[in-house]
Amino acid sequence: MDPLFKAQAGELVVAMPERGIDPAWLGRPLAELGLEAGGRLSAVRVESPAAWRWKTADAAFFAKLLGELEATGQKIALRGLPPELEKLLALARGAPPAAAPGARPPGVRERVGLRALSQAEDARAFVALLGEVVLLLPRFVAARAKVRRAELIEVLAESSSRALPIVAVVNLLMGAILAFVGAVQLKTFGAGIYVANLVGIASVRELTPILTAIVLAGRTGASFAARIATMQGNEEVDALTALGVSPAEFLVLPRVVALSLLMPLLYIYGCGFALLGGMAVSMPVLDVSATAYVAQTQHAIAGAHFAIGALKAFVFGALVALVGCHHGLRAPRSAAGVGAATTSAVVNSIIGVIALDAVFAVCANALKV
Amino acid sequence: MNVISIEDLTIGYGPHPVQSAISAQIGEGEIFAVVGDSGSGKSTLLRTMIGLLPPQSGRVVFQGASSFGVLFQNGALWTSMSVLENVMLPMDLQGELPRAARRALARFKLALVGLAGDEDRYPASLSGGMRKRAGLARALALDPGVLFLDEPSAGLDPLALRRLDELVLSLRDGLGITVVVVTHEIESLYRIADRMLFLDGETHRPVALGVPAELARSAESAKVREFLSRLMP
Repeated sequence: MDPLFKAQAGELVVAMPERGIDPAWLGRPLAELGLEAGGRLSAVRVESPAAWRWKTADAAFFAKLLGELEATGQKIALRGLPPELEKLLALARGAPPAAAPGARPPGVRERVGLRALSQAEDARAFVALLGEVVLLLPRFVAARAKVRRAELIEVLAESSSRALPIVAVVNLLMGAILAFVGAVQLKTFGAGIYVANLVGIASVRELTPILTAIVLAGRTGASFAARIATMQGNEEVDALTALGVSPAEFLVLPRVVALSLLMPLLYIYGCGFALLGGMAVSMPVLDVSATAYVAQTQHAIAGAHFAIGALKAFVFGALVALVGCHHGLRAPRSAAGVGAATTSAVVNSIIGVIALDAVFAVCANALKV
Repeated sequence: MNVISIEDLTIGYGPHPVQSAISAQIGEGEIFAVVGDSGSGKSTLLRTMIGLLPPQSGRVVFQGASSFGVLFQNGALWTSMSVLENVMLPMDLQGELPRAARRALARFKLALVGLAGDEDRYPASLSGGMRKRAGLARALALDPGVLFLDEPSAGLDPLALRRLDELVLSLRDGLGITVVVVTHEIESLYRIADRMLFLDGETHRPVALGVPAELARSAESAKVREFLSRLMP
């Protein structure tokens, strides 16, 4: 390679190669290309060949060269460039840096702190939303809430009839699995008939409300989050607020009411399939009749078990709807934000359901029910 | 020399034509504007020209120019990548240059569109105008022979728009790039366009093809004259 740079009476002469700058040179330090450090310079003069047809790589090279020379505080004039290349260079060099100079990325401690603050803010917003919904309930009961009937019916359909097949399948299989596991163990003690007690109490009191809530978190809660997050991105939520309508009233309230009222119904429906699953396995494996199994189940399940299960279903329904709406309302205004809101809604709903179930267990134990 | 020939083209989605009987020749180094009513099929024509939509009939022929860059309406940046990575990706895929050179070129192209200092930001944190400028830097990544711009003025303030026009003119004058631009911005149209094609949304046919200032005075269609005379140079 011929020398690219020559110093000549206070000027730096750049002898352009016939085919212009090789773009690969842009990644190399200028010293490697023959630029000697030191000495005062007033100008850079470009000796360009007649057939030179410049490209943006040439412009990028001169931007880099001038940037390095002027970093020492000298003002350097540039001569001999084609006017259009000069114009392009001026455009690139005239752009003021938008980011604050010297801004450094946060360290681990700052990131942990920022994350904790963000989580605290998230929790505060959730509690605020819960409070707003509770305060709006009397308006809803008095039919004075600003809720579209069509929206309410759509939410009811989304959360009920369209969820029936999956709730049935999950509970049927859960009852069958419980019966299998129980039958193998209890048969060894000659207590096979107590499988009905195991399946009955476990599903009515614990597993059916939890599984139904988890199914709805993945299905309905996620769809609430995605729908509202999309509305955020389209500024539909802003349009509601500008009209003086609270998004909590118009969007969240119908969803919370619908899901908390439907969950106990889905719970009863799910219980039926769980008991059916248990019976379907017990009859051939334990050789018991359907009548004996049903009688044993009736004997095992007290009214209190149903009451606790239904209360859990009611609370889990409200929680899944609230968490879904909360994440939808706080979603960033982008397509990626919709995905993130949906994921957060499902994960946090499931964690919330299990945590609340633990609270129920402690309370039930304290109350001896 | 003509770079693009549009020959009796009918465009649209599914069986419904949006525009028909479009014919035009676009020369090397020409800045060719596509204008028209809202919904008249300007962006559909651009999508058909770049091969994203099949023509319902007719054809678009590229002669000579081997590569093109496209600026989509909303920038179409890849959200999982930083602005710099967005501009580098076409060069990464081409795989001809060392990484440091690709970075330097991508930084220069971002500086050209006024985004120096924003290289490490992600699209979600940029305004609409910034996303559009980053999309333009990406469209320029491979020094294309033809540049397609779909409504570059939307979301840009007047200064940023003037800067964009200067950039387009510099690239055309210096590098001989051919530019096809879909625009609503009449001031910009007069500033940069050599010729324009007007698509009429009512008749679903082009009603004018020529130099904007001349069409403003003597176009057959009153709609075109009214459209262009709002801001005579």
